[in-house]
Amino acid sequence: MNFKITTRNLLVAVLLLMLCALPLFAEKFYVQLFSKILIMGIFAMSLDLLVGYVGLVSLGHAAFFGLAGYCAALLSPQYEAGNFFVSFSAAISICILFALLTGVLALRTKSFYFIMVTLAFAQMIFFIFHDTKIGGGGDGIYIYQKPLLAISGITLLELENFKTFYWFTFGWLIAIYAFLRILLQSHYGHALGGIKVNEHRMRALGYPVFWYKLSAYVIAGSIGGIAGYFNAIQFGFVNPENISWHTSANVLMMVILGGMGSLHGAVFGASVFILLQELISNESMLGSFASHWSLMMGFFIVAVSLFLPNGLTGLFSRGSKK
Amino acid sequence: MEINSILIQLLNGIQYGLLLFLVAAGLTLVFGIMGVINLAHGSFYMIGAYLAWSLAELAGSFWVGIAIGIVLTIILGMVLEVVFFKHLYRRDHLYQVLMTYGLILIFEDLRSVLWGNDIHGVVIPELLNSSIQLTENLTYPMYRFFVSAVCIAIAIGLYLTIQRTRLGMIIRAGATNSEMTQVLGVNIKLIHAVVFSIGVSLAAIAGMVASPISSAYPNMGTQVLITCFVIVVIGGIGSVWGALAGALLIGLADTFGNVFAPEYSGLSVFILMSIILIWRPEGLFKRSYK
Repeated sequence: MNFKITTRNLLVAVLLLMLCALPLFAEKFYVQLFSKILIMGIFAMSLDLLVGYVGLVSLGHAAFFGLAGYCAALLSPQYEAGNFFVSFSAAISICILFALLTGVLALRTKSFYFIMVTLAFAQMIFFIFHDTKIGGGGDGIYIYQKPLLAISGITLLELENFKTFYWFTFGWLIAIYAFLRILLQSHYGHALGGIKVNEHRMRALGYPVFWYKLSAYVIAGSIGGIAGYFNAIQFGFVNPENISWHTSANVLMMVILGGMGSLHGAVFGASVFILLQELISNESMLGSFASHWSLMMGFFIVAVSLFLPNGLTGLFSRGSKK
Repeated sequence: MEINSILIQLLNGIQYGLLLFLVAAGLTLVFGIMGVINLAHGSFYMIGAYLAWSLAELAGSFWVGIAIGIVLTIILGMVLEVVFFKHLYRRDHLYQVLMTYGLILIFEDLRSVLWGNDIHGVVIPELLNSSIQLTENLTYPMYRFFVSAVCIAIAIGLYLTIQRTRLGMIIRAGATNSEMTQVLGVNIKLIHAVVFSIGVSLAAIAGMVASPISSAYPNMGTQVLITCFVIVVIGGIGSVWGALAGALLIGLADTFGNVFAPEYSGLSVFILMSIILIWRPEGLFKRSYK
């Protein structure tokens, strides 16, 4: 990677600086909205690793999102703040475990079966939390206080502060972006790309294809879990909706919107999706029609999947590439 | 558990399984012949239930309501095929999943506009509102037998249509090689529309006959859809026989799961799926009718 001063790089730098400075001038509502976008951006990147880089279309990615969220909620005591390090690592461990268990089974199948099996496993988790009393059933549970990020009594970051929380998630987004970027440019990442194009050939070349896919599935699952954990502590609330297949389909939509196989595209897709959702469900702008936001979202999704298979970035870059 | 209640649960399980078969058969047919994953298939089940409720009230008779409903869903199937689905046949599964997810959002919203968000019970028709004496102290509702009989009749009809008629021959030919079939002078686009429409009306019929038992409620399609996905995975996608076997297995697993561990009944279906996936990753029957 060599950095040249081009218009594009300058624009990116300005955008990043503006995002970084956002809490200094924006109202609380917008800072929280953008925190949500950052979190969904992390979530979309994690799914893009599977869909865009390995060619595994999962319709059950919400399972990780929800599992980690419930883990955050269940490990938060009601009257005091939980320990961030404990609940965070527990949440990610659960996701890794779940990814290993379901991945071993789901990766035995291909294309269409994989879609259905991942959906079925996510639905299984949905039913566990929906039908039993573990996590408050269909009503979900509250997290009264955000976990405390402290080492031996010294608070490192005050996550209750919405500005700090924003910067914290922003930092995570950048870190995960960098991690995935390095991963995908490594030998491992190239092998994943090879598997996407021609699995049989990669196997013939002696690559342990199954282990490559499983490890990618585990990485994607745990990053999805990170997003789910932050989502839970931001809203202080988890319910089975977090695991529902609507969540899985929405994040898939974000990936498509941003153009598959592009990490910043996934973040871009997430921002467009969240902002659009915010816009069409805004009652002060659309009046009573806002209650039909899912109708509008439905038509939007149908239109994108029919007319914009490469997403919005595909629309922009079409002219410049050819 | 008594032998009597086991027998009752067995009958319930088979009835539920047969009902699921109607929905899963449409799903698997559409995939087998056009190669489309249709997430919105469960919505047709819901539409069927709501149509049965509203048309039965309008027409004053359950039977007239169902007859009109079937005609309406056949038309709906044709329209949806022409407007939306035919563009998806050659596309990646990813876009099929997304577009049909968008359709679900549209259907659910239209449902709330047309019929509201309340749960609507459908009255069991007078003719069938009785019980059958199985043994001295064991009765079973007549209507549930009726549902099973309808499902079995449709299953046999479907089998005969696919295996023994000219239309069925063309459908099978189209599934194997649609271009070649077209070259031989068959209007394959029409065949696709017909198959899709059959799939839609099968799911809707299932919703209609189930409505007096389950009533009509929002999002009822989702649960059925996911169960049918599991059935199709178990049975082997594209195989109608697989769908039947899978549906009966799931119907029984779900019913007995409900009896023995009500809190975890949602899990029994998925556990069954996992076991079958370990054993046969491509399902029990791999596309047998091709």
